[in-house]
Amino acid sequence: MLNTTLALSPDDIMNLLYLTAAVLFIVGLKLLSSIKTARRGNLISALGMLLACAVTLAKLTGPTLGSLAWIGAAVAVGTICGLLLALKTPMTGMPQMVALLNGFGGIASLLVATADYHGRFARTIQTFGSDALAETKRQFYTQTWVWDSNLAIGLTVLVGGITFTGSLVAFGKLQGLSITPTRPIQFFGQKFLIGLGLLACLALAIAPLVVFESPLTADLSDLVNHAHQFNWFIIAICVISLLLGILLVIGIGGADMPVVVSLLNSYSGIAAAMAGFALRNQALIITGALVGASGIILTNIMCKAMNRSLANVLFGGVGGAPKAGSSSSGKITGTAREMTAEDVAIQLDAASQVIVVPGYGMAVAQAQHGVAELGKALEDRGVTVKYAIHPVAGRMPGHMNVLLAEANVPYEQLCDLEQINPEFEQTDVVLVIGANDVTNPAARHATESPIYGMPILNVDQARSVVVIKRSLNPGFAGIQNELYFQPNCGMLFGDGKAMVNALITALAEI
Amino acid sequence: MDPFVTSVIVFVLAIFIGFEVITKVPSALHTPLMSGSNAISGITLVGALMASMNDDFQTLGVILGTLAVVFATINVIGGYVVTNRMLKMFDSRKS
Repeated sequence: MLNTTLALSPDDIMNLLYLTAAVLFIVGLKLLSSIKTARRGNLISALGMLLACAVTLAKLTGPTLGSLAWIGAAVAVGTICGLLLALKTPMTGMPQMVALLNGFGGIASLLVATADYHGRFARTIQTFGSDALAETKRQFYTQTWVWDSNLAIGLTVLVGGITFTGSLVAFGKLQGLSITPTRPIQFFGQKFLIGLGLLACLALAIAPLVVFESPLTADLSDLVNHAHQFNWFIIAICVISLLLGILLVIGIGGADMPVVVSLLNSYSGIAAAMAGFALRNQALIITGALVGASGIILTNIMCKAMNRSLANVLFGGVGGAPKAGSSSSGKITGTAREMTAEDVAIQLDAASQVIVVPGYGMAVAQAQHGVAELGKALEDRGVTVKYAIHPVAGRMPGHMNVLLAEANVPYEQLCDLEQINPEFEQTDVVLVIGANDVTNPAARHATESPIYGMPILNVDQARSVVVIKRSLNPGFAGIQNELYFQPNCGMLFGDGKAMVNALITALAEI
Repeated sequence: MDPFVTSVIVFVLAIFIGFEVITKVPSALHTPLMSGSNAISGITLVGALMASMNDDFQTLGVILGTLAVVFATINVIGGYVVTNRMLKMFDSRKS
């Protein structure tokens, strides 16, 4: 027989509801594993968020009317900004938007940690200024300034600060703002400064645990001083971490942004989890951990797709001015063959299978609708059309898929690297639009090439390759593409959108 | 058990769940995955609400907390709405 009664405190109930919200997030992410269920998953996840917020608001006791009005206003402003961002950003601007949202997540966690810290600080000053018993004061102090919360506040500020300014710089680079050039900006001692800054922040976060005398033995006046000193530690971590975010990201080139955005995505989750440690809130910890894991997985996929280590992406400074000598490694001989839209249209019309290889250039030229229209026209002529999408094509993971989905390209026609590579040999025409380094055969054989070992789309194995490109300028890695000088490759020089439209017109006239 | 230890257990297990669930997301959906995870990292909103509603009100605390609410709300609303917008495009041809 049960001889204890089931007695859940309001706190227990709240935590169980938070757990329910976390389960809804996990189910939501799980449903993202299929296109068919993904939208439902997003709604379920949103439901979880609604539950978590409702639980929090219901639990808060005795909020004054004034503070509720403040919060209502803040939610209203956030909602309007969020809706404007979400509905007005064109699909080509998704990388920027995700970068910005990462940054907002980071700064929100930073602010939560500092607000929480400030609450403790204010209560301490108040308690110690009162005429309470010395023992009461001491007890208050030990309960308020718990070591793990102290440490977590410092770490939240560190990760949140880096995420915020790092994401702003990434946003600037993706948006093409002039204050943040897309080329990597590196200077002597940059890595040293970053390392020093990180160490300083960690030291400042750990310092209160080490240098402050135990509250059980310290003088009461010292305890107040500790709170004041901790204040300065937090401010220092805040300033250094904001600078660190800038230093870290300005050194990274524009085309490495898929890695950076993924990594900052992870950081925004880690910042939320750390804030959860500070507030002892399991909902924040679980959710932050999920997002942290997601970002790390994506970062890893991106690095593998470029055959580079994370350290090389962060500190390698790839994507600067083409290095003298490296642009022609002696292998490239002959000239590129120029073609006209009419030549290409005839080839396309006669083909039985065409594979389109889109890249960042397609996004820049906003050519996705034209590409989809061309694909449709070819299908109507009985040509099989597929799209080969390299993991790092574009400026963020999945960038090309979103653009082509926007242009109504059937999902089944979008193929990833492993699916499509065996098919190039049986393909009549490959149309490369806006992609460069991911099609360079040098990655397979030129051991001295900076892209050697990177998994590429083997477009050179097709019967014929047509590259739509403005000029023969080298791609992001600063190397010339061998592909352009191969006998089966022809160049269609011009703007991506204009050329695709010319192809559609030429095809219609056949 | 010390609450800190409980939190660490929860954190570590949640990371493993995250890895299991997210490795199954197809690469075509990686952009919606990122914007969707942006939305859920807006869970900081919970912390922001708690921080901005402490009974002992201090001007600086209110300002910090309220700002946190603004940013976290942008994350939540912006993240979910844009994810839904993208997924609708992927899905529209099915119906």
